[in-house]
Amino acid sequence: MTATGIGASVKRVEDFRFLTGRGRYTDDIERPNQTYAWILRSPHAHALITSIDTKKAAAAPGVVAVFTGADLEAAGVGGLPCGWQVHSKDGAPMAEPPHPPLAQGKVRHVGDQVAVVVAETREQARDAAELIDVGYEALPPVLDMESALAGKSLVHDGAARNLCYDWHIGDKDAADAAFAKAAHVTAIDIVNNRLIPNAMEPRAAIGDYDTATGEYTLYTTSQNPHVIRLLMGAFVLHIPEHKLRVVAPDVGGGFGSKIYHYAEEAIVTWAAGKLRRPVKWTAERSESFVSDCHGRDHVTRAELAMDKDGRFLGLKVSTKANMGAYLSTFAPCVPTYLYATLLAGVYTTPQIYCQVQAIFTNTVPVDAYRGAGRPEATYLLERLVDRAARETGLDQVDIRRRNFIPNDAFPYQTPVALQYDSGDYGATLDQAMGAALVDGFAKRKAEAGKRGKRRGLGYSTYIEACGIAPSAVVGSLGARAGLFESAEVRVHPTGSVTVFTGSHSHGQGHETTFAQLVSGALGIPMENVDIVHGDTGKIAYGMGTYGSRSLAVGGEAIMRALGRITDKAKKIAAHILEASESDIELKDGQFRVAGTDRALGFAEVALAAYVPHKFPHETLEPGLDETAFYDPANFTFPGGCHICEVEIDPETGEVEVVAFTAVDDVGRVINPMIVEGQVHGGVVQGIGQALLESCIYDEDGQLLTGSCMDYTMPRAANVPNFSVGTHTTLCRHNSLGVKGCGEVGAIGSPPAVINAIVDALWDVGVRDISMPATSQKVWQAIQSARAPMAAE
Amino acid sequence: MPGFIPEAAAQAADARPAPLDLVLRVNGTEHRLTLDPRTTLLDALREHLHLTGSKKGCGLGQCGACTVRMDGKGVKSCLSLAALVEGREITTIEGLAQGDQLHPLQAAFIERDAFQCGYCTSGQIMAGVACIAEGHAGSPQEIRDWMSGNLCRCGAYDHIVAAIQDAAGATGPARGG
Ligand code: FES
Ligand code: FES
Repeated sequence: MTATGIGASVKRVEDFRFLTGRGRYTDDIERPNQTYAWILRSPHAHALITSIDTKKAAAAPGVVAVFTGADLEAAGVGGLPCGWQVHSKDGAPMAEPPHPPLAQGKVRHVGDQVAVVVAETREQARDAAELIDVGYEALPPVLDMESALAGKSLVHDGAARNLCYDWHIGDKDAADAAFAKAAHVTAIDIVNNRLIPNAMEPRAAIGDYDTATGEYTLYTTSQNPHVIRLLMGAFVLHIPEHKLRVVAPDVGGGFGSKIYHYAEEAIVTWAAGKLRRPVKWTAERSESFVSDCHGRDHVTRAELAMDKDGRFLGLKVSTKANMGAYLSTFAPCVPTYLYATLLAGVYTTPQIYCQVQAIFTNTVPVDAYRGAGRPEATYLLERLVDRAARETGLDQVDIRRRNFIPNDAFPYQTPVALQYDSGDYGATLDQAMGAALVDGFAKRKAEAGKRGKRRGLGYSTYIEACGIAPSAVVGSLGARAGLFESAEVRVHPTGSVTVFTGSHSHGQGHETTFAQLVSGALGIPMENVDIVHGDTGKIAYGMGTYGSRSLAVGGEAIMRALGRITDKAKKIAAHILEASESDIELKDGQFRVAGTDRALGFAEVALAAYVPHKFPHETLEPGLDETAFYDPANFTFPGGCHICEVEIDPETGEVEVVAFTAVDDVGRVINPMIVEGQVHGGVVQGIGQALLESCIYDEDGQLLTGSCMDYTMPRAANVPNFSVGTHTTLCRHNSLGVKGCGEVGAIGSPPAVINAIVDALWDVGVRDISMPATSQKVWQAIQSARAPMAAE
Repeated sequence: MPGFIPEAAAQAADARPAPLDLVLRVNGTEHRLTLDPRTTLLDALREHLHLTGSKKGCGLGQCGACTVRMDGKGVKSCLSLAALVEGREITTIEGLAQGDQLHPLQAAFIERDAFQCGYCTSGQIMAGVACIAEGHAGSPQEIRDWMSGNLCRCGAYDHIVAAIQDAAGATGPARGG
């Protein structure tokens, strides 16, 4: 390991600009002569639009234009496309209702876009929007999934019973047969609470149109600018790609919510072309709450069949997943291919059957949020296993160990499509138990008891699937995109290097990690390497960053391009050194004829590539610039063990996370410091889901948790000390051996927290607690558990 | 095309409240500005002085991304009207380092990896500097409580607390707790 190569905790390259206020986020960008857009949003959850009168608004001071859905329709603007098609059990394609960027005739959730005002200033645009007179005829909203399925009111005419699809996976008969043999069946009802991502940077978009070249530019807060260019260019605005540039500059966090193609991106781009002036839109935080896609929102019944020794025989799961009012870009795949396929977890359950109904409601669209499907699967499974242990009298650890996929079983084919390549679940558990000082728990619990507090210990041994791939497989499952990544490595004549990656960094530190890969492979200092991302005008192509894919897919693409660079550089060196190519080795930035002191520095070879005076031009092209597109052979499978220790004050219901231990197997670690930060972030969000966060609508479909005060996100004082470690098994199908680390924290932690609470309160009689386990909820659970016990 | 009124821009000035002339003292420099009296300090900094380091996370005083120092105290600039802070000494993230010499808390943020996407960072640092200056960095718990006005959705809290503690030169365990 060199000081900056693989495995070094190199300080982040991007830090300096963020620390000094020089980061450049979308809202920091100003275009000459720019105008400001304000979106008028629906105050109703469900209503017909009977009229829209924009005359007064259009005449208001500073207003440049007002547009409605009718204007976009007349201009041929298409609907926002969905990037994944799921088929129902019966083979029918999912209901895929239109999603116009501005509502046409009907609004379907509070916050739905109705009209846009473009004005000289933001204030003028906002003031004018209040002058738009919209006639609404309110319709009864459907908010919870049960009443949506009853179909009293239809969100979309084309979706009977508000059903998007009714999908399944696994062999139902085989699962039923397994249950018939069971010595014990444990059942559990689980709600995975709806979350609002709330990246600290609100979404923003600037549309710009160059009258000289006819080229559009969209600056946007996106995790995947090329995907936005493809979706918006091809489906919504019909702008060919060579006339559309999408730039996603510094982006202030995404967590999934900035993957999707949003209406505002299309609106500002289209309006910029129409008005021949740049149009800028930045969400207010209150708009983020009602227009950024939400996450999770599953309601599930699950049953686990066991033999007399506590070995899992079968699992049956039935889930209702809320899609919200429209299908967001990747929404359909989240409760199917990113959820049900993970239901084997780390266990050898031979038969699994899962059915999923995806349902439209009059709420904000739901799509992937950090973890996407995998946290839902993990939460369900780990809560179920915990309950099974309590019902059968097995120890929490013992029941897991009995059912772990053994180390010699890899590659392991699950009954729900995935094939795990590597892992060592027992070792991960051991390491976590050591770090969590599990041996001393009984003592700590007794000590807490003396103080009138209840202590609990909760486990979660989880697996997830990252770097979703290969394209051929995801295509057969309904993806309307490939899931490869591209990289271009450009060696400049003096030996410095620019890497163009299709991944996007919005907090992940790619500029550092990727530079470490280059530094390690070419033996050049990191400061000679620049990583460029987030601009379709510079980068050939890319699928962006989500699903913890950047290193496993994007990093591997860089490694392939680097391999090609090295191969060619060796050819050049061999030619100059008059040696055989096979004798040239690259070490510490020197191309050396093996066993001799004849060598050329990396920069000398680079220069020779661009000043090819003595090249054999028939066999060797000038230049040193290579591109690779990498399509992985399989998902990667990070996993791990999280152990949470809580202390509960039974008098107030207050839950304190007194210790949190995470040991994650993320494959090879390139930069331990960055991995630790990613795990911390994920765990904070997971603890947020478990203890604090919940999106609540009232019966009219108004969002009650519509501000940072009402929607409780973790703050410094809510977050415990972490003990974070890694236990590495290498991914077997990428050269780096990496698996991905961005989501593990959010996936592994929620069940550990809730299992700890249930553990603390089991003796009191509490059997279940739903997320978020607020003090009030915990206190009430204690009271209601005590009441019948007192009565007995 | 309904609503398209290209001439409307000309009328813009008419309906605004009478603009106000004022002088803002930011990072040691005086700036003469003519502003709509409703302009917040944050908008004045970002949109009129082009100091975009201070961020708008909520505009409602709920996230702390806009924190600056005013006469040495940490304040949320989205809650202050520019017109009301004339004559005060305002320091933003852009004015914290001395040339290339980072402020000790900026340096500690690098050392502790106290951020990821960077969006909350300016506010965290300005609030952290105030936390230290105003004497609230005595213990990790005190730092955590004081810093709880600043959201970090990337969840870098543990490292932020550690960085503030380092910069405060506090003794005791390095990690927050
Ligand atoms: S922007 Fe000022 S507190 Fe959020
Ligand atoms: S670093 Fe992203 S919000 Fe704090």
